[in-house]
Amino acid sequence: MKSIEKGKDSIKERKKFCLGNKSKTQLSLQSMVVPGVIYMFIFSYIPLFGIIIAFKDYDIVTGILNSPWVGFKYFKEFLTSPNFGMVMRNTLLISTLKLVVGFPFPIIFALMLNEIKCMGARKAFQTITYLPHFMSWVVISGMVMSLLSIDGGQVNEALMKLGVIKEPVNWISTPKYFLPILIGTGIWKEFGFCAIIYIAAISGVNPELYEACSIDGASRLKQMLVVTLPAIIPQIAITLIMKLASILNAGFSDILLLTNEGQNTIMRNVSDVIETYVYRMGLKSQRYSYATAVGLFKSVVSITMLVLSNKLSAKLTDTTLW
Amino acid sequence: MKKIDSDKALRLVIYAVLTLVCLTIIYPFWNLIVISLNTGTDTARGGIMMWPREFTWENYKLVFKDTRLVTAAKISVLKTVIGTGAQILFTSIFAYGVSRRELKFKNFYMKYALLTMYVSGGLIPSYILIRTLHLINTFWVYVVPAMFSAWNMVIFKSFFENLPEGLLESAKIDGAGEYMTFFKIVVPISGPVFASLILFTAVDQWNGWFEGAIYITNQKLIPLQTLLKQIISANTAGQLMDQVSGTAAEKLAEETLTSKSLSTAAMFVTTIPIIMVYPFLQKYFVGGMMVGSIKE
Repeated sequence: MKSIEKGKDSIKERKKFCLGNKSKTQLSLQSMVVPGVIYMFIFSYIPLFGIIIAFKDYDIVTGILNSPWVGFKYFKEFLTSPNFGMVMRNTLLISTLKLVVGFPFPIIFALMLNEIKCMGARKAFQTITYLPHFMSWVVISGMVMSLLSIDGGQVNEALMKLGVIKEPVNWISTPKYFLPILIGTGIWKEFGFCAIIYIAAISGVNPELYEACSIDGASRLKQMLVVTLPAIIPQIAITLIMKLASILNAGFSDILLLTNEGQNTIMRNVSDVIETYVYRMGLKSQRYSYATAVGLFKSVVSITMLVLSNKLSAKLTDTTLW
Repeated sequence: MKKIDSDKALRLVIYAVLTLVCLTIIYPFWNLIVISLNTGTDTARGGIMMWPREFTWENYKLVFKDTRLVTAAKISVLKTVIGTGAQILFTSIFAYGVSRRELKFKNFYMKYALLTMYVSGGLIPSYILIRTLHLINTFWVYVVPAMFSAWNMVIFKSFFENLPEGLLESAKIDGAGEYMTFFKIVVPISGPVFASLILFTAVDQWNGWFEGAIYITNQKLIPLQTLLKQIISANTAGQLMDQVSGTAAEKLAEETLTSKSLSTAAMFVTTIPIIMVYPFLQKYFVGGMMVGSIKE
């Protein structure tokens, strides 16, 4: 009898222990999450609230709350300023070119890499093409400027030796060369790394498909086009849609560094995009409210694009962002 | 027979194209090395393509003697180590918390965190916040605002969710608390995801130049990349100025003569740590990227 009682007790004890354990677990888990929640409140949600200065005449002394309301004054100013057309045109042109011109490179690279059967060569090609992704834009812009420099830059030297040009060209401060340089450098930096998702998708293709194709007498090129390429179509579609969502992100570090922070006004006509404009207006000229209004304009358009692309993605590929 | 020939030709073409592509990637780096190993006055004469003409170690000696560069390198190392450590620790603990089914309000926490990925206050409100928090001109401006990454959190979380349930349960039965389970069980078996996210975060910290440029005016606190950016802009200023008179441009060019070789050497030194680390972590980050691309 006693032992049964004892047993019951111990079950009770255990239940109690478990219950205590449960709330202890909950407490531990909450203590892991709550600091992050507070952190995000301060570093993400407070700046979100700070957007109201776009509708105010903010200055440092009066602070955010005491600054007078001005409504849509700064939005009107941006939309009617001559800079609006220039900045929007550059933003859309640069991001569209980056998307359209840059998009095929990782795909072609992944398709080509798939034909390399020697693992050593394959690894070498991958390691080398990933390298620029890990380099800073500061170093890359420095390299580009050194290669293209008018006094002794290797590009000028080589072209002169080949007789293509008679005298050195000032590549980095001639507006018509800016877009090719910017977009070319961007592709050079990222095509290898961007190919990773395609390479992974290709590695999942059933080898029997190739065998069947081979028996039918298809050449490797044909196999590439009828087996490999269709296998990565879903990845291509998803990547394309995601890129559409960020059509207003024309770039920032790359543009700023390749133009030396837009010190050259002639170059600015072709290089100033929304983000560099916000930086210049806000931090260089300290027009905080105006710059915030411009930034908010961009965010609103971006979020609209994001929602639309997400809908498109859900319809076409069954993949959504949230 | 014909088919085999065309396949061979295709492979040959692909090898040739990829080799050429790799050369275009290697050449700029090679050029950097060559110029940094050539004397500054000789480089200015131009014509250096594949090999140093007047070989010298002088530029590297100058780099390691230059107090500005050495101070900046120290800041870079500190910000990379502390910034990466703080972010990975803080983010992975949060991710472990939200990966557990027992967590109450889990859905709310996730939505709250995911929202920060898609909307942000932007440059100016963030700048005002940093100023209000008195982080301007302090080392902590590199660490504190970058202490949490929602992207990394999502990757950590989806990795933790795929860990075998039984492993965590057995730790619980042995009486281990959540923190103990996380540090003693979860972290050791999550090597690949930690390796790739530490790599990406560290590279971001090492390569970051913007914080140093906008939040720091004290030259003793700027990292290597910000300093390099200053040196490079000074070098190219002559070419980028709207209108420079001939003599002024010449004078500027003369002054920046040595600093051009110096900056080339510094650029290469800055790149070495990255070249030495990422190839060894390649197999991890390929996996890490895949976890990230799978929708959570």
